[in-house]
Amino acid sequence: MADAPAAVPAGLAAQLIAFSEELRAEGVNSGTSQLLDAFAVLAEIPWADPGDFREALAATLAKSQEDRRIFELVFERFFFRAAEQAAIRAGVREHADEERGEGEGKGDAGGELDLDELRRQIAAALQAGEESLMRDLARLAIATFGRQGQHSGVIGVDVQRIRRALGLRSEPRHELPADDPRRAGVPREALRRFEALMRRELERGQIERTAKLPPSRPLNELDRALPSGPLQDLAAVHRVVAQLKRRLKTQGLQTRGHARHAHVDVRRTMRASLQTGGVPVDLRFKPIRPRRPEIYVLCDVSTSVTSASVFFLSVLHALHDSFRKMRSFVFIERISEVTDVFDRERDFRAVSEAIASDAGVADVSGYTDYGRVWSEFRALVEDDLHPRATVIVLGDARTNGRDPRADIFGQIAARAGRTFWLNPEPRLYWNYGDSVIATYEQHCRAFECWTTSQLEDFVKALTQPIHAASLISR
Amino acid sequence: MAAAASESVAELAAGLREVGYVPGDSTALVSYLATKLGKPILVEGPAGVGKTELAKALAKVFDRRLVRLQCYEGLDEAKALYEWNYRKQLLRIQAERQDTAWNEVQDDIFGEEFLLSRPLMDAITSEQPIVLLIDEIDKTDQEFEAMLLELLSDFQISIPELGLVEARSHPIVLLTSNNSRELTEALKRRCLYLWLDYPELDHELEIVRLHVPDLEATIARKLVEIVGMVRDLDLKKPPSIAESIDWARALLLLGADDIDADVFRETLSVIVKHRTDLDIVAERVGVKLGPASVSAP
Repeated sequence: MADAPAAVPAGLAAQLIAFSEELRAEGVNSGTSQLLDAFAVLAEIPWADPGDFREALAATLAKSQEDRRIFELVFERFFFRAAEQAAIRAGVREHADEERGEGEGKGDAGGELDLDELRRQIAAALQAGEESLMRDLARLAIATFGRQGQHSGVIGVDVQRIRRALGLRSEPRHELPADDPRRAGVPREALRRFEALMRRELERGQIERTAKLPPSRPLNELDRALPSGPLQDLAAVHRVVAQLKRRLKTQGLQTRGHARHAHVDVRRTMRASLQTGGVPVDLRFKPIRPRRPEIYVLCDVSTSVTSASVFFLSVLHALHDSFRKMRSFVFIERISEVTDVFDRERDFRAVSEAIASDAGVADVSGYTDYGRVWSEFRALVEDDLHPRATVIVLGDARTNGRDPRADIFGQIAARAGRTFWLNPEPRLYWNYGDSVIATYEQHCRAFECWTTSQLEDFVKALTQPIHAASLISR
Repeated sequence: MAAAASESVAELAAGLREVGYVPGDSTALVSYLATKLGKPILVEGPAGVGKTELAKALAKVFDRRLVRLQCYEGLDEAKALYEWNYRKQLLRIQAERQDTAWNEVQDDIFGEEFLLSRPLMDAITSEQPIVLLIDEIDKTDQEFEAMLLELLSDFQISIPELGLVEARSHPIVLLTSNNSRELTEALKRRCLYLWLDYPELDHELEIVRLHVPDLEATIARKLVEIVGMVRDLDLKKPPSIAESIDWARALLLLGADDIDADVFRETLSVIVKHRTDLDIVAERVGVKLGPASVSAP
């Protein structure tokens, strides 16, 4: 494999190394061995085909779905810039072949095109979703509006101006004649794609005018995040909790092999030895009983966590699907047990409505009163709590200036085996204002938890062997 | 067939198609690269998009035996690699108890004769080239993954008593994962990565048509469109490709000439397998298929 790089021209090799460095800068873990693989792969395929080239690189450099997404973004950015850089260096200007490119554009009547005709063509191309046609038309649109002297110099502004001038909208417009392709509205995805193409073409024009590349910009969080709606979030929460359930169930199995827990089961060893002529070759151990998860979940549903409480309720909902021995409570000023509601209702929406209407947790002010909640919770479950129980609190620990009563919380935590706190606020905001998470954190392990990936971290912590977990929490 | 199918990406794609697997854009390419470079493929994606089928199809295309290791939590070396056959060893010792020196017996009982080979060992020692499928690798523990590293990068296994066992032929290795756990970097590094997702409409249509050729084209298209719609909903278990095919078969058996609300309600259970999901789908999609508006949405 070491001689593979020699098969690739030096120019491309350098570019690929630069590309992988850029990937690394965006957080994709692409080491030297991946890079070697990439070179080896390129020796096997005809890399004149951009699709194959991209797929082959992706298969070796991006090893997860998130990585793949970042890879796509970086790939597009990097090779666009690299091509432009080379064009500048070689002094290639586009004017010469622009005429030719436009000549190939569909229905281009000698460069001067009727604006209405252009609008219709673009809308039709967007409906059809044809990439190459869209690209040609994007250039045409820019050329047309460029001629009218409408460059603002800011690419984003120009793109929106051209889009408006073209009358492209995703909503259906019934005032237009029936044969107009814009009547049913332009598909949103195609419109986004067309805007991206225009942006690219404008960037290209700008680079050509100024003969230098704009400073490169790292990907921002928005580009990076996977597109997801609240419904998909709910499904993701269910997936994570299902994983949690599976982990908890097999926890006993994993520790079964550890020698210091092993007690020889004499009776079973003797029985097994009959197979081997009375020689106890195969030692049988007493099984370590898996810890039966017994979970108490307390969930804040007050207004300060409104945005998070949907997330919390879905966590609660998913937990209920998975665990038999589980009691759930919701609280604001008072605490109320909602185990029955979850048992009765299978539908998530019905559950949240039922909780909103008749849990009776709001009293006078509607602000969370942790002190009162703890004392009420202690009264409710004091006799049931035991060292094998796990208490999980979902809340922001904002007391609204009331007494946090961390002492009662400490007593609860001491009685229960493990106590966890999931805080929907980013760690940055903890202990600012009326947040008193620090006082509670003395008695439990606190996690920030506002995305499903953080929930996964929590799952990992929750399911690690008991003795290790208790060491950390002390 | 084996020689012809591995010449180029297009030929491999055609070969896969021939054995009843319709590869996506990158599937054929990555499989081709894997055979050329001798690297394992890590296939990830939701359940039921044809990850396991890909391995079976590759085995058919290259006319190789498929060795499958189904992973589960708690899987260990003894079940995946090899185990000493204690009973046979004991018998051996007892049979020659009287006059054999200990050293001889010891050398003897740790020979290949007393080794019970498990799937991975089987794959390594096979005379004929094979396709090795390690299914649902994400279900195992990290320790097992670490053990696989030696196998995957060098196709060899070291057994303390015997020494190194090297592969006699170069297997095509596929690992599948449902992404229920993040795999270690070390494992990923050794593999080519292939993400399989639910197929595009036309792609799935082709698959359904290939497996259920008797179904009318219009119904097949409508079926695929509906399945696509159902997948967009928030379901516990979105319908897989296999389930679309089952549904197509069911419709064929029932002799349905169109998918309207009634037919949909009756056959819904073929594609949706959770009670809560059934309600959601019936509510959201069933309504759109009212008997009056039979035209495609």
